[in-house]
Parts: sequence; C-alpha cells; structure tokens
Amino acid sequence: MELICPAGTPAAFHEAVDAGADAVYCGFRDETNARNFPGLNFSREELREAIAYAKRKGTQTFVALNTFMRAGAEEIWYKGAADAVALGADALILADFGLMAHVAEKYPQQRLHVSVQASASNPDAINFLVDAFNAQRVVLPRTLTIADIARIGKNIRCEMEVFVFGGLCVMAEGRCSLSSYATGKSPNMNGVCSPASHVRYRKDGGELVSELGEFTINRFPAGEAAGYPTLCKGRFDIADSNGYAFEDPVSLDVMGELEALKAAGVKALKIEGRQRGKAYVAEVVSTMKAALNSPPDRRAPLLARLRSMSEGQKTTSGAYEKRWR
Amino acid sequence: MTDMKETSLTLGPVYYLWDAEKWRDFHFRIADEAPVDRVVIGETVCSKRQHFIEPHLAEVVERLESAGKTVILSTLALVTLNRESKQIREMAEVSEHLMEANDLSALAILKDKPHTIGPLVNVYNAPTARLLAGRGATRICLPPELPFSSVKEITAELPDMDFEVFTFGRMPLAISARCAHARSKGKIKDNCQFVCGEDPDGLPVRTLDRQSFLALNGVQTVSHACQSLLSELDHLVEAGVRSFRLSPQDCDMVAVAKLHREVLDGTVDADAGVAKLRQLYAAAPLANGFHHAKEGAVWVARTRSLQAAWPA
Repeated sequence: MELICPAGTPAAFHEAVDAGADAVYCGFRDETNARNFPGLNFSREELREAIAYAKRKGTQTFVALNTFMRAGAEEIWYKGAADAVALGADALILADFGLMAHVAEKYPQQRLHVSVQASASNPDAINFLVDAFNAQRVVLPRTLTIADIARIGKNIRCEMEVFVFGGLCVMAEGRCSLSSYATGKSPNMNGVCSPASHVRYRKDGGELVSELGEFTINRFPAGEAAGYPTLCKGRFDIADSNGYAFEDPVSLDVMGELEALKAAGVKALKIEGRQRGKAYVAEVVSTMKAALNSPPDRRAPLLARLRSMSEGQKTTSGAYEKRWR
Repeated sequence: MTDMKETSLTLGPVYYLWDAEKWRDFHFRIADEAPVDRVVIGETVCSKRQHFIEPHLAEVVERLESAGKTVILSTLALVTLNRESKQIREMAEVSEHLMEANDLSALAILKDKPHTIGPLVNVYNAPTARLLAGRGATRICLPPELPFSSVKEITAELPDMDFEVFTFGRMPLAISARCAHARSKGKIKDNCQFVCGEDPDGLPVRTLDRQSFLALNGVQTVSHACQSLLSELDHLVEAGVRSFRLSPQDCDMVAVAKLHREVLDGTVDADAGVAKLRQLYAAAPLANGFHHAKEGAVWVARTRSLQAAWPA
C-alpha cells in the first residue's frame, strides 16, 4: 500500500519525501484548499521546486484543490488547476463537481482524485464520479467501517485511499457547516474549520474557558490540559449530562488494522496533518514506512511510538470499528 | 424578474422522528389547509427509522395529491449501507413520483430522470448547478450556508432553472455515521431504541455556560436558531429565486406557511411577518446570518427595522 503524506510547508515536503513517502499532498496558499491556515501552503514557485525535488526522488505530488468554488470567483480554482497541471502534479484532489467537470474536460490526461470533502460514501456515488469525471481514486470518508470499505472496494471502478492517522472528523466531511454557524467561516467555503482567528481563551475563577466566536466550547478545571476548541470536540450540556457530545479530543489511529485494510483492497494510506510541523511529519512518515515494511508480528513497537506522537496521546479507530457509531 | 406572486412554497421533509400518527395527521392538515405547492416526504436522516412512516405513506400521498400538492419523495442524506443504496434504486425504478437527491448516490441513480436537488447537496456555484441541470435536475434547493452574493451569481447564470432557498427551519448543519443523540442517552447507533423519537424538535445542546447552541436529531446536528429569510424574500425574488422551502419544526406549520404566502403576496409586511413568526415558533430565536455572509447563528436586521428600532 502507498503512503500518502501531508506537507503544509516546503520544509515539511522535503522531510516527507526524505522519510519515504510514496506521495506528498499539499495545496496553494489560498482559499482553494481545505487547510487554508495562516503561514501554511505553497506559492507557485515553491510548488515548482517541491515537485522537482519529489520527481528526483521518485515521489509523487498530489495537489489538493478541495474547497467548493465560490460563485462568481471560479477563476481562482480554474487557475489553481491550470497551474498545478502545468507544474507537473501527479494528481489533483478535488471535491466540487463543477471543478471536476472543468478539469476532466480541459485536462483529460490529468489524474483526478476525489477528495474526502466530496463525501462519496458508497459505490453508486463513487462510480458516478468515475463515469462522469474519470476519477482514478477516491479518498473515502471517515464514516465507514472496514467491512464497509471491503464491500465498496468490490463494487467500484477506481482505487481507494483511506485516512489512517491524524485528526479525525466526526461529521461527514464536506457536509458540515458547524464552523460557519459559529464563526462565519467553513471548511467548504473558506478551507478552515474552527479558525484560530475566532478562538479566545479566558480565565473564569479557577477554570480556563475556550471559546469559538460567541460560544463556549470547553471549560478546563485547574490542572487539566486545555485543548484547541475544535467545535465538534468540545464539551457540552445535553439533557442532564455534560461531556464530549460528539467526540473526545482524540485522534485517529488505525495502523493496527493494516492487514485488514490491505485485504479490503485499499490502495493507499493517508496521514492527516498539513498543519503539523516538519519534525512531526518526518517522524510519523518514517515510523509508518517502517511499520509498513515490517511483518505484522514485528510492528508493535513501531505502532507504540506512533501512538506517543498523537494529539493528546489518546487515539481511536473511529468509524472503522463498528461500535464507535 | 420574478413577480412575488409567481413564487411557490415547498414544505421540506420532516427531519425528526415523529410518532407515525402525528406524522400522518401533520401531512393531512398540510394537505387540507397549508398554501404550499409541493411537499417533500420520506425519511431523510436515518434509514433505521424508515419503517415508522411506511404504513401511512400511501394515504398521505393520496391526501396531498387530492389537495393539488405535488409530492416529492425524499432520499437519505448519508448513504453507507448496501440496503440504503438498494432502497433508493428500487424507489427510482418503481416510483411515479419526482424524487429528491440528498446524496451523491441518488444523483447517480436519478441521472436522466427528472428530479430535484435537496439542500444537503453541495451546490456552491453555477458550474455545479449547470452540471446537475444537465443530468436531469429540475429544481435545486441551495444549501443553507450559501450567502446571498452566491445565490445571486448562480441564479443569474442559470435563468431557466427553478432555484429554491431554505427559508424557514432549524438549519441542517452536519451529519455523522455516529449517533450523538443515542450516545447522549447511553446508547450507540446499533441499539439506539429510537431514543431520538423522544425529541420531536431536536435535543438541545447547550454550551457549558448554558448558551443554547445546537440540537441533536439522531445522526444529524441542526442549529438551535431557526433560519428565517422572511425579511429577505423581496431580494431573493428579485434575484430570480422562485421557490421557498419551509422545513418542518414542531409548531403550527400551517400558520407558518400562510404567513410566508402572505408576505410573498404583499398582504403582510415583512417586519410584521417576522414579529408574527417569532410567536409561531417561540422555541428558538430566528437567524439569517448565512444569507448575509456572517455567522449562521446571528440575526441581521434590515435597515428599515433598525430605523424603526430608534426612539422617535
């Protein structure tokens, strides 16, 4: 299985290539990609240099243009696609049908991957994108069990890529407006979720309160480590209880299921984390590459090392395991 | 430019799990009394609930059609299981009714058959709308998140398409494979015992500072605030939007529909309409922030309302 690694900066890109990534994915420094964070992403010139470096090392580059085109400003996305193709991207990762149609028509030779943001969660949906836009690969939503994935794999006409490590969306990706409800900024339209520009921490008595826009997302008693107020990972009051209503502050780790994913027909494993630093990328990529190259009974120490690098060090296998639902 | 009076009202599908009799009687009353032109029916949120309304579907369809309403069959918003895909495919094969796509799989299955697009499909721009039109979509309900600037662009690019906007109701904000509603009551999705049926208008999610925030509806998360574009109807009509969707809440939806019709017909002024709407659905504040490219939770008052608010 291929290992697909994130790069939010040219430095992280180099680290990922050197650490043995089969492909590195990245995006332009604008609203065309779903990690539109300050200080992240690539200028045209940086991408040119990165792709050249990757090609020398035999690594592929995937360019994510995976937000939804703003009505009337489609040229920004079309230009992004044109430049990515011209710079030699091995695949474009797309979510918007309008953009997929444009790329399929203008650049029929270009490999097109379906972003997780497109929310193609079943064979009918995936085959629709294969037939309509000649999609070569689909990144599956993090809402499926491994059994679901195996069944989908038997019924589709393209490759499957799945997330195995890093941040975890609880909601179906590409179909969530929680962030814009609270902040006016959304993953689909602006490429951001729970943006830092709308985050505030304040002291209230002995507690630290984290807020997103006008809403309290969490309160941390003294001594408890305070996390970032990602909306769906907050603590809320529901009926008579309060707690993590949607998901605990955990991250995804299904590296323990490598053999099952392989048997399900998965072609590529994806690491989330374009917002992470180069040291993290280097460490995670090299450890995962080593795990993939080891026989199953020799993987345990490598996987333990990976786990220690997870956000808050708490991990979940998410929807891949049925009881998570 | 569309005349206000040439506009139509669509009643969206009931997103919540209501008692089967309540669901039936609600639609009977809509058929008999509500000035809506079309009604979308059928389970949209969770396939586990489908069997509840099945015994009453035929009589509800008949009653609505006898009253002159167009009936549109809804499809699931998140399709992951084989039986869910199969159900949509079978419905497309046998049904004589128009169907509404809420997920990519329905788009695939309904290709080249006339169908409508629900507000849960990501239509953010004209090229996407044009693509869907080319595949058989006859009406597109734009996503609640869409700002007016985008609505205008899209309607201008496709003047012949019948565009609809989500005009009343708690906003469908997210859907998950996991059921937060069941989880909040100590269950998981697979043994949920339909606890979502206990909350016919959603289960309130408050912040730890007791701010009303969201509501759970099974695997769906909706806003606490209720979207209302009642005071934006004139702008929307001017932009070429022809149809307005009212999403059922647990309130007098016949009165809600009448009020929207009256504002469209010009017999009730928008400001008076908003005041009346606050009484008809007092369970939640009204919001129109998405329309104004702001936080979805906020209410933006129109200039004349602001002026009216100043002391003389």
